[in-house]
Amino acid sequence: MSLLVDAFSLLAILAGLVFFAAGTAGLLRFPDASSRLHALTKADHLGLGLIVLGLLPRAEAVGGAPRLIAVWLLVLVSSAAAGPLLARLARRR
Amino acid sequence: MTATVFGLVGALLTGIGLFGLLARPEPLLRILAFNVLGGGIFLVFGAVARRGAGAGFAGDPVPQAIILTGIVVAFAATTLAVALLLRIASDDESDPS
Amino acid sequence: MMADGLIAAAILGVALATIASRGTFTAVALFIAYGLLLSFAWVRLGAIDIALTEAAIGAGLSGALLLGAASRVAGRGAAMDRRPGRAMTVAIALGCAGVTAALAAAILLLPDPAPSLAPQVAANIGATGLGNPVAAVLMSFRGLDTLLESAVLVLAVIAAWSLAPDDAWGGKPGPMQPVLADGPLALLARLLPPLGILVAVHVLWIGKDAPGGKFQAAAILAAMWMLPWMAGRVVPPPISARWLRVAVAAGPALFIAIGLAGWMTQGAFLAYPPGLALPLIMVVEIALTASIAIALALLVIGPPGRRA
Repeated sequence: MSLLVDAFSLLAILAGLVFFAAGTAGLLRFPDASSRLHALTKADHLGLGLIVLGLLPRAEAVGGAPRLIAVWLLVLVSSAAAGPLLARLARRR
Repeated sequence: MTATVFGLVGALLTGIGLFGLLARPEPLLRILAFNVLGGGIFLVFGAVARRGAGAGFAGDPVPQAIILTGIVVAFAATTLAVALLLRIASDDESDPS
Repeated sequence: MMADGLIAAAILGVALATIASRGTFTAVALFIAYGLLLSFAWVRLGAIDIALTEAAIGAGLSGALLLGAASRVAGRGAAMDRRPGRAMTVAIALGCAGVTAALAAAILLLPDPAPSLAPQVAANIGATGLGNPVAAVLMSFRGLDTLLESAVLVLAVIAAWSLAPDDAWGGKPGPMQPVLADGPLALLARLLPPLGILVAVHVLWIGKDAPGGKFQAAAILAAMWMLPWMAGRVVPPPISARWLRVAVAAGPALFIAIGLAGWMTQGAFLAYPPGLALPLIMVVEIALTASIAIALALLVIGPPGRRA
């Protein structure tokens, strides 16, 4: 059972890292600000979500799992706000 | 080992920050360099705190608490420097002589 | 080990890029990354309290302050010194290398076992009733440092305000913010504060037994005030408002009062009566959190300026 949980965590976190790497590649390779932001936010949200998913079974205390999910939701909300702000700034320049 | 690595990083950051503070003429960059320098000093201190781990603590809590205090005081100094900079800039603007 | 190396390389790279960058805006963006990477280093060094403070104050609040300053000085020829000549630059670089070498030698030649006050903290932490050793040092063993630090924040607010032009004295602090009816920032300013305040209270309360405490909580609270301010939905009170001044000074004043009470009853400034240490510390923590939060926000918002 614990082996299965470990395998699940490992797979989810590795998949998350792949999305982070893809997002970073997009940030470095894409030509303009909007597509860079798009790559970064989309891929990182999914990547962070997968990492949180992988860490959920390993949460120590009772409050650990909701806190992990709260971290993911807060990152979603804050970059959902920061992305358009940056895009607007980039368009104005 | 971790303590030594980050202690050396702190020493390097101190040198980098000090260089920026002295060699860059832009006021805002000097403020940034001052903060890079501060981060380096804190890291050197933090490495010493880590070496003092013991009694069930991951590091010596006394220097750790002093670093915490230092970060807040450095922030207060930064805000004051920025306020001075903005005031000088606004005076230059209204009185371009 | 590999993680340490990667974090160390990233910190050094970002610091060099900050110092070498051409534009101030780029430099500030890199500096924010520097602060966030430093908090990774603090986690690796087992100093979670410092990691939280560095992320909240060193990267977050400083970042907001410096980004605002960068956009306000952009395009203005702010007073600038002359760039040092080549010989001078080499001399500065040599001097800085010397400082680095001295610090590196100090790190490498540290005696083994290193000097530590950890055993003394462990032996006396029971008397405070706290479980977080850093909080015990801040509030009890080195309470005077924390008291002076909170006084520094009050002084910084006074000093920043005194930079206001004469005709703006007593007015509303900071630059005027346009009112945003909708858009991402307005949404965030409505959505985040209730959650953020909850997180701040949580961070303050667990600070007695786990990493956290007043500085981290105050930084979050300050951010939750600045967010609606940036969206133009909250106008900061004029600096002549009496309640604002009282609120900034109340926390340190209470700390001093409790310290003096300790002098009267226990014979030492900032000594807590046995058994009452934890409740007194928590009262001071809560009062300091409120005062520090307002002071931090006022410092980021800045002094009143000329109204165009």
